[in-house]
Amino acid sequence: MAEHDAVKTYDYKGLACPMPVVRISQEIGKIAVGQVVEVLTTDPGALSDFPAWAKNTGHEIVDTKQTPGLITFFVRRKK
Amino acid sequence: MAIDVEKEIAAIKAQLGDRPGAKNKLSMIVFSGELDKHLASMIIATGAAAMGMEVVLFYTFWGTAALRDPKKGAKGKNLISKMFGIMLPRGRNKLILSNMHMLGAGTAMMKGLMKKKNIAGLDQLFEAAGMLGVKIYICQMSMDLMGMKMEEMIDYPNLEVVGVATFLDHAKESSVQLFL
Repeated sequence: MAEHDAVKTYDYKGLACPMPVVRISQEIGKIAVGQVVEVLTTDPGALSDFPAWAKNTGHEIVDTKQTPGLITFFVRRKK
Repeated sequence: MAIDVEKEIAAIKAQLGDRPGAKNKLSMIVFSGELDKHLASMIIATGAAAMGMEVVLFYTFWGTAALRDPKKGAKGKNLISKMFGIMLPRGRNKLILSNMHMLGAGTAMMKGLMKKKNIAGLDQLFEAAGMLGVKIYICQMSMDLMGMKMEEMIDYPNLEVVGVATFLDHAKESSVQLFL
């Protein structure tokens, strides 16, 4: 089982602002309410953008992991 | 005298909902005609739509030329309209930088750099905007003035020709209003 029971992984590596936020807003609807998706991104701006997006859309950033050159978010669809 | 609390609350709620800037909505005037400014307006628009905001873009003056479709034309134009047609950029891919254009070298370099760094260009941003439901309004007067016709504009899911009052109606209730 993947971390945080993530049902899917969305790979946004290499995408620059605003595409990671645009893509997650389009693709969060593909999982069921309550499920968690793993999002991979290399955009440093996403570190502040994903929490801002979650705050405004009502979804939840369950966890954020950072390794050199890679940021991983676990996002829960809340509605 | 007894106060009907529920009625009072409903009245206050109605007032709050109607107050200026109450809606989770962004209204932007896209006035400029340069590539960098159009990139900025589209990045903000798609970002806002992704954040769950209702987004309205009002294209006026030099901004409108970015909405021309290079594959389309319009018949029945007079001489001045034809001249405007030749002088103004034929669509979003013909726009130039507001700074460091350098006879085309700067703009070409910027476009190459964007591709290399995988930064979304206007084609990709317009596509995303369309899918996210971003509304595009074109200023009727600007089109008239420059002799542009609706039939030479891009195919876009939410495209309408309107006047300033329509834009202001949206701007008034928007929590974010911008001019670019």
